[in-house]
Amino acid sequence: MQETKPTITIKGTRDGLILFIDENSSFEEILQDLIKKLDASTPQKEEPVVSVKVKLGHRYLTEEQRHQLKGIIEEKNRFQIEAMESDVIPIKDAKTWLDESQLKVVNQIVRSGQVLETKGDLLLIGDVNPGGRVRASGNIYIMGNLLGIAHAGIEGDQEAFIAASYMKPAQLRIAEYISRAPDYEADGVYMECGIIDPDQNKIVIDSIKTLSKQRKVISAFERRMNNG
Amino acid sequence: MGEAIVITSGKGGVGKTTTSANIGTSLALMDKKVCLIDTDIGLRNLDVIMGLENRIIYDIVDVIQGRCKLQQALIKDKRFDYLSLLPAAQTSDKSAVTTEGMKEIVSELKQEYDYIIIDCPAGIEQGFQNAIAGADRAIVVTTPENSSVRDADRIIGLIEKEDMIEPPRLIINRIRNHMMKNGDMLDIDDIVQLLAIDLIGIVADDEEMIKAANKGEPISLSPNFKASISYRNIARRILGETVPLQSLEEEKGFMQKVKAFFKI
Ligand SMILES: Nc1ncnc2c1ncn2[C@@H]1O[C@H](COP(=O)(O)OP(=O)(O)OP(=O)(O)O)[C@@H](O)[C@H]1O
Ligand SMILES: [Mg+2]
Repeated sequence: MQETKPTITIKGTRDGLILFIDENSSFEEILQDLIKKLDASTPQKEEPVVSVKVKLGHRYLTEEQRHQLKGIIEEKNRFQIEAMESDVIPIKDAKTWLDESQLKVVNQIVRSGQVLETKGDLLLIGDVNPGGRVRASGNIYIMGNLLGIAHAGIEGDQEAFIAASYMKPAQLRIAEYISRAPDYEADGVYMECGIIDPDQNKIVIDSIKTLSKQRKVISAFERRMNNG
Repeated sequence: MGEAIVITSGKGGVGKTTTSANIGTSLALMDKKVCLIDTDIGLRNLDVIMGLENRIIYDIVDVIQGRCKLQQALIKDKRFDYLSLLPAAQTSDKSAVTTEGMKEIVSELKQEYDYIIIDCPAGIEQGFQNAIAGADRAIVVTTPENSSVRDADRIIGLIEKEDMIEPPRLIINRIRNHMMKNGDMLDIDDIVQLLAIDLIGIVADDEEMIKAANKGEPISLSPNFKASISYRNIARRILGETVPLQSLEEEKGFMQKVKAFFKI
Protein backbone atom coordinates (compact mmCIF):
# COMPACT_ATOMS: atom_id res chain seq x y z
CA MET A 1 0.00 0.00 0.00
CA GLN A 2 1.31 3.35 -0.85
CA GLU A 3 -0.03 6.60 0.28
CA THR A 4 0.56 8.97 -2.56
CA LYS A 5 1.09 12.35 -1.10
CA PRO A 6 1.34 14.86 -3.95
CA THR A 7 4.77 16.36 -4.43
CA ILE A 8 3.28 19.72 -5.21
CA THR A 9 0.14 21.31 -3.86
CA ILE A 10 -1.19 24.50 -5.36
CA LYS A 11 -3.44 26.85 -3.49
CA GLY A 12 -5.07 29.90 -4.92
CA THR A 13 -5.39 33.06 -2.82
CA ARG A 14 -6.48 36.56 -3.49
CA ASP A 15 -2.87 37.66 -3.93
CA GLY A 16 -1.88 34.82 -6.23
CA LEU A 17 -0.81 31.23 -5.96
CA ILE A 18 0.98 29.41 -3.19
CA LEU A 19 3.00 26.37 -4.19
CA PHE A 20 3.62 23.93 -1.36
CA ILE A 21 6.52 21.62 -2.17
CA ASP A 22 6.62 18.30 -0.35
CA GLU A 23 9.64 17.98 1.91
CA ASN A 24 10.25 14.28 1.36
CA SER A 25 10.20 13.91 -2.41
CA SER A 26 13.44 14.12 -4.33
CA PHE A 27 14.27 17.30 -6.13
CA GLU A 28 14.22 15.49 -9.49
CA GLU A 29 10.69 14.25 -8.86
CA ILE A 30 9.57 17.71 -7.97
CA LEU A 31 10.94 19.28 -11.11
CA GLN A 32 9.29 16.67 -13.30
CA ASP A 33 5.93 16.98 -11.55
CA LEU A 34 6.15 20.72 -11.72
CA ILE A 35 6.69 20.69 -15.47
CA LYS A 36 3.74 18.30 -15.88
CA LYS A 37 1.46 20.40 -13.68
CA LEU A 38 2.31 23.62 -15.43
CA ASP A 39 1.84 22.11 -18.88
CA ALA A 40 -1.49 20.62 -17.91
CA SER A 41 -3.01 23.97 -17.17
CA THR A 42 -3.25 25.43 -20.61
CA PRO A 43 -3.21 29.18 -20.41
CA GLN A 44 -6.05 31.34 -21.57
CA LYS A 45 -5.06 34.02 -24.01
CA GLU A 46 -4.15 37.39 -22.55
CA GLU A 47 -4.11 36.02 -19.06
CA PRO A 48 -2.38 38.39 -16.60
CA VAL A 49 0.86 37.31 -14.92
CA VAL A 50 0.15 35.55 -11.65
CA SER A 51 2.31 36.04 -8.62
CA VAL A 52 3.54 32.89 -6.90
CA LYS A 53 4.84 32.14 -3.44
CA VAL A 54 6.86 28.96 -3.09
CA LYS A 55 6.84 27.27 0.33
CA LEU A 56 9.65 24.81 0.73
CA GLY A 57 8.94 23.59 4.26
CA HIS A 58 11.99 21.98 5.81
CA ARG A 59 13.75 21.66 2.51
CA TYR A 60 16.95 23.52 1.87
CA LEU A 61 17.71 24.51 -1.72
CA THR A 62 21.11 25.51 -2.98
CA GLU A 63 21.41 28.68 -4.98
CA GLU A 64 21.56 26.60 -8.16
CA GLN A 65 18.45 24.59 -7.31
CA ARG A 66 16.54 27.75 -6.55
CA HIS A 67 17.57 29.06 -9.91
CA GLN A 68 16.36 25.91 -11.65
CA LEU A 69 13.02 26.01 -9.89
CA LYS A 70 12.53 29.65 -10.69
CA GLY A 71 13.44 29.00 -14.32
CA ILE A 72 10.74 26.40 -14.71
CA ILE A 73 8.02 28.36 -12.97
CA GLU A 74 8.69 31.63 -14.74
CA GLU A 75 9.53 30.05 -18.08
CA LYS A 76 6.36 30.76 -19.98
CA ASN A 77 5.99 34.25 -18.52
CA ARG A 78 2.72 33.28 -16.90
CA PHE A 79 3.99 33.27 -13.34
CA GLN A 80 6.26 35.47 -11.36
CA ILE A 81 7.89 34.34 -8.17
CA GLU A 82 7.25 36.69 -5.32
CA ALA A 83 9.02 34.72 -2.59
CA MET A 84 10.64 31.40 -1.94
CA GLU A 85 10.39 30.51 1.70
CA SER A 86 12.20 27.81 3.55
CA ASP A 87 11.94 27.01 7.24
CA VAL A 88 15.61 26.09 7.42
CA ILE A 89 18.84 27.96 6.80
CA PRO A 90 22.40 26.61 6.75
CA ILE A 91 24.56 27.11 9.81
CA LYS A 92 26.90 29.31 7.82
CA ASP A 93 24.11 31.72 6.93
CA ALA A 94 22.84 31.66 10.48
CA LYS A 95 26.26 32.64 11.73
CA THR A 96 26.48 35.51 9.28
CA TRP A 97 23.04 36.66 10.38
CA LEU A 98 24.09 36.54 13.97
CA ASP A 99 27.26 38.46 13.18
CA GLU A 100 25.33 41.05 11.31
CA SER A 101 22.74 41.42 13.96
CA GLN A 102 24.91 41.86 16.97
CA LEU A 103 25.29 45.16 18.73
CA LYS A 104 28.94 46.07 18.73
CA VAL A 105 29.89 48.45 21.53
CA VAL A 106 32.96 50.58 20.89
CA ASN A 107 34.44 53.10 23.29
CA GLN A 108 36.73 55.50 21.48
CA ILE A 109 36.98 58.82 19.70
CA VAL A 110 36.90 58.35 15.96
CA ARG A 111 39.39 61.00 14.94
CA SER A 112 40.04 62.70 11.62
CA GLY A 113 41.16 60.16 9.04
CA GLN A 114 40.01 57.17 11.06
CA VAL A 115 37.33 54.75 9.91
CA LEU A 116 35.38 52.53 12.28
CA GLU A 117 33.39 49.80 10.55
CA THR A 118 31.27 47.06 12.08
CA LYS A 119 28.85 44.33 11.07
CA GLY A 120 25.44 44.72 12.65
CA ASP A 121 24.49 47.64 14.84
CA LEU A 122 27.13 49.95 16.24
CA LEU A 123 26.98 51.65 19.60
CA LEU A 124 29.78 54.19 19.78
CA ILE A 125 30.53 55.70 23.14
CA GLY A 126 32.56 58.72 22.09
CA ASP A 127 32.69 61.35 19.40
CA VAL A 128 33.09 61.13 15.67
CA ASN A 129 35.29 64.12 14.96
CA PRO A 130 35.30 66.07 11.69
CA GLY A 131 37.02 63.91 9.10
CA GLY A 132 36.24 60.70 11.01
CA ARG A 133 33.89 58.00 9.69
CA VAL A 134 31.71 55.31 11.19
CA ARG A 135 30.14 52.58 9.09
CA ALA A 136 27.81 49.74 10.05
CA SER A 137 25.62 47.27 8.20
CA GLY A 138 22.87 47.97 10.74
CA ASN A 139 21.97 50.99 12.84
CA ILE A 140 24.42 53.45 14.34
CA TYR A 141 23.93 54.83 17.82
CA ILE A 142 26.36 57.48 18.97
CA MET A 143 26.60 58.52 22.59
CA GLY A 144 28.62 61.58 21.79
CA ASN A 145 29.03 64.17 19.08
CA LEU A 146 28.65 63.16 15.46
CA LEU A 147 30.70 65.70 13.51
CA GLY A 148 32.13 63.50 10.78
CA ILE A 149 30.42 61.02 8.47
CA ALA A 150 28.11 58.20 9.54
CA HIS A 151 26.95 55.50 7.12
CA ALA A 152 24.31 53.04 8.34
CA GLY A 153 23.02 50.08 6.35
CA ILE A 154 26.19 49.88 4.27
CA GLU A 155 25.01 46.63 2.73
CA GLY A 156 21.80 48.20 1.52
CA ASP A 157 19.44 48.12 4.50
CA GLN A 158 17.20 51.12 3.97
CA GLU A 159 15.51 50.61 7.31
CA ALA A 160 18.73 51.35 9.13
CA PHE A 161 19.07 54.66 10.96
CA ILE A 162 21.59 56.86 12.72
CA ALA A 163 20.96 58.29 16.16
CA ALA A 164 23.27 60.58 18.13
CA SER A 165 23.27 62.58 21.35
CA TYR A 166 24.46 65.52 19.28
CA MET A 167 24.72 65.67 15.54
CA LYS A 168 26.30 68.13 13.22
CA PRO A 169 27.56 65.71 10.64
CA ALA A 170 29.41 66.47 7.43
CA GLN A 171 27.30 63.73 5.83
CA LEU A 172 24.73 61.14 6.76
CA ARG A 173 24.49 58.05 4.59
CA ILE A 174 21.93 55.29 4.79
CA ALA A 175 22.14 52.41 2.32
CA GLU A 176 22.76 54.24 -0.97
CA TYR A 177 21.25 57.54 0.18
CA ILE A 178 23.50 60.48 0.98
CA SER A 179 22.69 63.79 2.60
CA ARG A 180 25.20 66.44 3.41
CA ALA A 181 25.44 69.38 5.76
CA PRO A 182 24.15 72.70 4.46
CA ASP A 183 26.73 75.13 3.09
CA TYR A 184 25.84 77.78 5.62
CA GLU A 185 26.93 77.59 9.23
CA ALA A 186 24.15 75.76 11.05
CA ASP A 187 23.80 74.66 14.63
CA GLY A 188 23.79 70.99 15.44
CA VAL A 189 20.86 69.16 16.98
CA TYR A 190 20.53 67.15 20.17
CA MET A 191 19.00 63.69 20.46
CA GLU A 192 18.01 63.36 16.85
CA CYS A 193 18.17 60.61 14.31
CA GLY A 194 18.63 60.32 10.58
CA ILE A 195 16.25 58.02 8.78
CA ILE A 196 15.10 57.43 5.21
CA ASP A 197 11.68 58.92 4.62
CA PRO A 198 10.15 56.88 1.78
CA ASP A 199 7.63 59.61 0.95
CA GLN A 200 10.28 62.22 0.34
CA ASN A 201 12.71 59.58 -0.89
CA LYS A 202 15.57 61.05 1.08
CA ILE A 203 17.24 61.09 4.46
CA VAL A 204 15.46 63.26 7.01
CA ILE A 205 16.48 64.24 10.51
CA ASP A 206 13.91 63.88 13.20
CA SER A 207 13.62 63.67 16.96
CA ILE A 208 14.62 60.34 18.45
CA LYS A 209 11.12 60.16 19.96
CA THR A 210 9.56 59.58 16.56
CA LEU A 211 11.64 56.45 16.02
CA SER A 212 9.30 54.24 18.00
CA LYS A 213 6.58 54.98 15.45
CA GLN A 214 8.68 54.62 12.34
CA ARG A 215 10.94 51.72 13.24
CA LYS A 216 8.99 49.24 15.32
CA VAL A 217 11.64 46.59 15.00
CA ILE A 218 14.90 48.10 16.05
CA SER A 219 16.96 44.98 16.48
CA ALA A 220 18.86 44.09 13.34
CA PHE A 221 18.26 40.38 13.94
CA GLU A 222 14.50 40.67 13.97
CA ARG A 223 14.72 42.82 10.89
CA ARG A 224 16.63 40.05 9.16
CA MET A 225 14.14 37.44 10.27
CA ASN A 226 11.29 39.49 8.93
CA ASN A 227 12.86 40.52 5.67
CA GLY A 228 14.84 37.36 4.96
CA MET B 1 67.53 58.00 32.30
CA GLY B 2 66.09 60.89 30.40
CA GLU B 3 62.80 61.28 28.63
CA ALA B 4 62.16 61.93 24.95
CA ILE B 5 59.35 64.29 23.97
CA VAL B 6 58.34 64.78 20.35
CA ILE B 7 56.79 68.09 19.27
CA THR B 8 54.43 67.49 16.39
CA SER B 9 51.41 68.99 14.63
CA GLY B 10 50.48 67.47 11.31
CA LYS B 11 49.98 70.80 9.63
CA GLY B 12 53.06 72.80 8.69
CA GLY B 13 54.05 76.19 10.01
CA VAL B 14 52.02 76.13 13.22
CA GLY B 15 55.05 76.49 15.46
CA LYS B 16 56.68 73.10 16.12
CA THR B 17 60.21 74.37 15.67
CA THR B 18 59.56 77.53 17.68
CA THR B 19 57.99 75.43 20.42
CA SER B 20 60.88 72.94 20.44
CA ALA B 21 63.47 75.70 20.72
CA ASN B 22 61.61 77.45 23.52
CA ILE B 23 60.72 74.40 25.56
CA GLY B 24 64.32 73.25 25.25
CA THR B 25 65.64 76.65 26.31
CA SER B 26 63.18 76.92 29.21
CA LEU B 27 64.13 73.50 30.52
CA ALA B 28 67.80 74.44 30.25
CA LEU B 29 67.04 77.60 32.24
CA MET B 30 65.79 75.28 34.97
CA ASP B 31 69.12 73.50 34.99
CA LYS B 32 67.97 70.48 33.07
CA LYS B 33 70.24 68.74 30.63
CA VAL B 34 68.52 69.07 27.28
CA CYS B 35 69.24 67.82 23.79
CA LEU B 36 67.23 69.08 20.83
CA ILE B 37 66.90 66.92 17.72
CA ASP B 38 65.86 68.37 14.38
CA THR B 39 64.27 65.63 12.30
CA ASP B 40 63.08 67.87 9.49
CA ILE B 41 65.49 66.46 6.91
CA GLY B 42 66.01 68.77 3.97
CA LEU B 43 64.32 71.73 5.68
CA ARG B 44 66.25 72.09 8.86
CA ASN B 45 65.77 75.30 10.78
CA LEU B 46 65.92 74.57 14.46
CA ASP B 47 69.62 75.49 14.24
CA VAL B 48 68.71 78.88 12.77
CA ILE B 49 66.17 79.68 15.46
CA MET B 50 68.72 78.66 18.10
CA GLY B 51 71.37 80.78 16.35
CA LEU B 52 73.70 77.81 15.97
CA GLU B 53 73.75 77.38 12.22
CA ASN B 54 77.37 78.37 11.71
CA ARG B 55 78.62 75.70 14.10
CA ILE B 56 77.26 72.72 12.24
CA ILE B 57 79.88 70.25 11.04
CA TYR B 58 78.08 66.92 11.10
CA ASP B 59 74.37 66.15 11.15
CA ILE B 60 71.94 63.36 12.01
CA VAL B 61 72.40 61.61 8.68
CA ASP B 62 76.17 61.52 9.19
CA VAL B 63 75.54 59.82 12.53
CA ILE B 64 73.13 57.26 11.09
CA GLN B 65 75.40 56.48 8.17
CA GLY B 66 78.39 56.12 10.43
CA ARG B 67 80.43 59.06 9.17
CA CYS B 68 80.82 60.35 12.69
CA LYS B 69 80.06 59.54 16.32
CA LEU B 70 76.89 60.92 17.88
CA GLN B 71 78.94 63.05 20.28
CA GLN B 72 80.80 64.68 17.37
CA ALA B 73 77.57 65.78 15.72
CA LEU B 74 76.10 67.43 18.84
CA ILE B 75 76.38 71.21 18.87
CA LYS B 76 76.71 72.91 22.21
CA ASP B 77 74.52 75.95 22.78
CA LYS B 78 76.17 79.36 23.17
CA ARG B 79 74.35 80.12 26.39
CA PHE B 80 73.98 76.86 28.28
CA ASP B 81 76.50 74.15 29.00
CA TYR B 82 73.89 71.45 28.94
CA LEU B 83 71.81 72.39 25.96
CA SER B 84 72.78 70.61 22.75
CA LEU B 85 71.41 70.30 19.27
CA LEU B 86 71.59 67.42 16.86
CA PRO B 87 70.93 69.14 13.53
CA ALA B 88 69.01 67.75 10.59
CA ALA B 89 70.74 67.18 7.28
CA GLN B 90 70.17 69.44 4.30
CA THR B 91 70.20 66.48 1.92
CA SER B 92 67.01 65.79 0.06
CA ASP B 93 67.38 62.06 0.57
CA LYS B 94 64.75 61.63 3.24
CA SER B 95 65.11 57.86 3.38
CA ALA B 96 68.53 58.33 4.99
CA VAL B 97 66.89 58.30 8.43
CA THR B 98 65.05 55.21 9.64
CA THR B 99 62.93 54.55 12.71
CA GLU B 100 65.59 52.11 13.91
CA GLY B 101 68.33 54.70 13.54
CA MET B 102 66.24 57.24 15.43
CA LYS B 103 65.51 54.86 18.27
CA GLU B 104 69.22 54.16 18.70
CA ILE B 105 70.16 57.81 18.76
CA VAL B 106 67.41 58.72 21.21
CA SER B 107 68.20 55.92 23.59
CA GLU B 108 71.89 56.81 23.56
CA LEU B 109 71.06 60.46 24.32
CA LYS B 110 68.75 59.44 27.14
CA GLN B 111 71.76 58.08 29.00
CA GLU B 112 73.23 61.56 29.32
CA TYR B 113 70.39 64.06 29.04
CA ASP B 114 67.27 64.66 31.15
CA TYR B 115 65.12 65.68 28.19
CA ILE B 116 65.38 64.97 24.50
CA ILE B 117 63.14 67.35 22.56
CA ILE B 118 62.40 66.10 19.05
CA ASP B 119 61.26 68.64 16.45
CA CYS B 120 59.03 66.80 13.99
CA PRO B 121 58.54 67.69 10.32
CA ALA B 122 55.05 68.51 9.01
CA GLY B 123 52.99 65.72 7.51
CA ILE B 124 52.39 62.09 8.39
CA GLU B 125 54.99 60.43 6.21
CA GLN B 126 58.27 58.77 7.04
CA GLY B 127 59.72 61.89 8.66
CA PHE B 128 56.84 61.90 11.15
CA GLN B 129 57.22 58.17 11.78
CA ASN B 130 60.93 58.66 12.46
CA ALA B 131 60.33 61.57 14.80
CA ILE B 132 57.84 59.72 16.98
CA ALA B 133 59.71 56.41 16.88
CA GLY B 134 61.98 57.04 19.83
CA ALA B 135 59.67 59.31 21.81
CA ASP B 136 58.21 58.52 25.22
CA ARG B 137 55.70 61.33 25.12
CA ALA B 138 54.25 63.69 22.56
CA ILE B 139 53.14 67.29 22.53
CA VAL B 140 50.80 68.29 19.74
CA VAL B 141 50.86 71.93 18.62
CA THR B 142 47.86 73.52 16.97
CA THR B 143 46.69 77.02 16.14
CA PRO B 144 43.06 78.05 16.70
CA GLU B 145 42.11 77.36 13.08
CA ASN B 146 39.93 74.60 11.73
CA SER B 147 42.47 73.07 9.38
CA SER B 148 45.17 73.02 11.99
CA VAL B 149 42.87 71.45 14.59
CA ARG B 150 41.75 68.87 12.05
CA ASP B 151 45.35 67.85 11.39
CA ALA B 152 46.09 67.78 15.10
CA ASP B 153 43.18 65.37 15.51
CA ARG B 154 44.60 63.15 12.77
CA ILE B 155 48.02 63.17 14.40
CA ILE B 156 46.59 62.37 17.83
CA GLY B 157 44.83 59.36 16.31
CA LEU B 158 48.12 58.13 14.90
CA ILE B 159 50.06 58.75 18.10
CA GLU B 160 47.47 56.93 20.19
CA LYS B 161 48.37 53.78 18.28
CA GLU B 162 52.01 54.16 19.31
CA ASP B 163 53.58 52.84 22.38
CA MET B 164 53.82 56.00 24.48
CA ILE B 165 53.68 56.52 28.21
CA GLU B 166 50.47 58.50 28.01
CA PRO B 167 48.22 60.30 25.54
CA PRO B 168 49.70 63.37 23.88
CA ARG B 169 49.33 66.84 25.42
CA LEU B 170 48.19 69.93 23.63
CA ILE B 171 49.66 73.38 23.03
CA ILE B 172 47.49 75.98 21.36
CA ASN B 173 49.77 78.50 19.68
CA ARG B 174 49.28 81.93 18.14
CA ILE B 175 46.19 82.89 20.07
CA ARG B 176 44.87 86.36 19.39
CA ASN B 177 42.78 87.36 22.29
CA HIS B 178 40.51 89.85 20.58
CA MET B 179 39.75 87.48 17.71
CA MET B 180 38.86 84.73 20.09
CA LYS B 181 36.61 87.04 22.06
CA ASN B 182 34.80 88.09 18.92
CA GLY B 183 34.29 84.49 17.94
CA ASP B 184 36.48 84.92 14.86
CA MET B 185 38.81 82.23 16.09
CA LEU B 186 38.05 78.83 17.51
CA ASP B 187 37.51 78.91 21.22
CA ILE B 188 40.12 77.23 23.43
CA ASP B 189 37.44 75.25 25.25
CA ASP B 190 36.00 74.00 21.97
CA ILE B 191 39.40 72.88 20.74
CA VAL B 192 40.18 71.05 23.95
CA GLN B 193 36.77 69.42 23.97
CA LEU B 194 37.08 68.25 20.40
CA LEU B 195 40.61 66.90 20.67
CA ALA B 196 39.90 65.44 24.10
CA ILE B 197 43.48 65.56 25.35
CA ASP B 198 44.96 67.60 28.18
CA LEU B 199 46.11 71.12 27.54
CA ILE B 200 49.68 71.79 28.63
CA GLY B 201 49.81 75.42 27.60
CA ILE B 202 48.70 78.21 25.35
CA VAL B 203 50.90 80.78 23.63
CA ALA B 204 49.84 84.17 22.37
CA ASP B 205 50.51 85.38 18.89
CA ASP B 206 53.42 87.71 19.46
CA GLU B 207 55.46 89.78 17.01
CA GLU B 208 58.42 89.50 19.31
CA MET B 209 58.50 85.85 18.42
CA ILE B 210 59.38 86.64 14.84
CA LYS B 211 62.05 89.12 15.93
CA ALA B 212 63.52 86.54 18.26
CA ALA B 213 63.56 83.91 15.54
CA ASN B 214 65.46 86.27 13.26
CA LYS B 215 68.01 87.03 15.94
CA GLY B 216 68.55 83.38 16.66
CA GLU B 217 67.59 83.88 20.28
CA PRO B 218 64.58 81.93 21.54
CA ILE B 219 62.10 84.32 23.14
CA SER B 220 62.09 82.37 26.39
CA LEU B 221 65.55 83.82 27.12
CA SER B 222 64.00 87.23 27.74
CA PRO B 223 61.62 87.04 30.68
CA ASN B 224 59.58 90.10 29.78
CA PHE B 225 57.35 88.78 27.07
CA LYS B 226 54.10 87.00 27.57
CA ALA B 227 55.12 84.23 25.19
CA SER B 228 58.29 83.73 27.15
CA ILE B 229 56.33 83.19 30.34
CA SER B 230 54.06 80.78 28.52
CA TYR B 231 56.98 78.61 27.47
CA ARG B 232 58.55 78.69 30.88
CA ASN B 233 55.25 77.61 32.37
CA ILE B 234 55.00 74.78 29.89
CA ALA B 235 58.48 73.67 30.92
CA ARG B 236 57.44 73.72 34.57
CA ARG B 237 54.40 71.64 33.74
CA ILE B 238 56.67 69.19 31.96
CA LEU B 239 58.62 68.93 35.19
CA GLY B 240 55.40 68.05 36.98
CA GLU B 241 54.59 71.34 38.66
CA THR B 242 51.01 72.55 38.72
CA VAL B 243 51.11 75.98 37.16
CA PRO B 244 47.89 77.87 36.51
CA LEU B 245 47.42 79.37 33.07
CA GLN B 246 48.31 83.05 32.93
CA SER B 247 46.16 86.11 32.37
CA LEU B 248 45.30 85.68 28.72
CA GLU B 249 44.01 82.35 29.76
CA GLU B 250 42.42 83.06 33.11
CA GLU B 251 39.42 84.89 31.76
CA LYS B 252 38.19 81.63 30.35
CA GLY B 253 38.36 79.70 33.56
CA PHE B 254 39.62 76.45 32.19
CA MET B 255 42.54 76.19 34.54
CA GLN B 256 41.21 72.95 35.83
CA LYS B 257 41.88 71.46 32.43
CA VAL B 258 45.60 71.82 32.81
CA LYS B 259 46.56 68.86 34.84
CA ALA B 260 49.90 68.26 36.45
CA PHE B 261 51.84 67.25 33.43
CA PHE B 262 54.56 64.67 33.23
CA LYS B 263 54.40 63.75 36.90
CA ILE B 264 56.94 61.11 37.69
N1 LIG C 1 53.18 82.43 18.92
C1 LIG C 1 53.68 82.94 17.78
N2 LIG C 1 53.53 84.26 17.50
C2 LIG C 1 54.01 84.78 16.35
N3 LIG C 1 54.64 84.08 15.42
C3 LIG C 1 54.81 82.77 15.62
C4 LIG C 1 54.34 82.12 16.81
N4 LIG C 1 54.65 80.81 16.73
C5 LIG C 1 55.29 80.64 15.55
N5 LIG C 1 55.39 81.81 14.88
C6 LIG C 1 56.00 82.02 13.56
O1 LIG C 1 55.39 81.12 12.63
C7 LIG C 1 56.33 80.68 11.70
C8 LIG C 1 56.34 79.16 11.68
O2 LIG C 1 56.83 78.67 12.91
P1 LIG C 1 57.67 77.35 13.01
O3 LIG C 1 58.79 77.35 12.03
O4 LIG C 1 58.03 77.16 14.43
O5 LIG C 1 56.58 76.31 12.58
P2 LIG C 1 56.78 74.77 12.24
O6 LIG C 1 55.54 74.09 12.69
O7 LIG C 1 58.06 74.28 12.78
O8 LIG C 1 56.85 74.82 10.65
P3 LIG C 1 57.26 73.60 9.67
O9 LIG C 1 56.05 72.74 9.57
O10 LIG C 1 57.59 74.30 8.39
O11 LIG C 1 58.42 72.91 10.31
C9 LIG C 1 57.65 81.28 12.09
O12 LIG C 1 57.90 82.40 11.31
C10 LIG C 1 57.45 81.67 13.54
O13 LIG C 1 58.25 82.75 13.90
MG1 LIG D 1 59.70 73.25 11.75
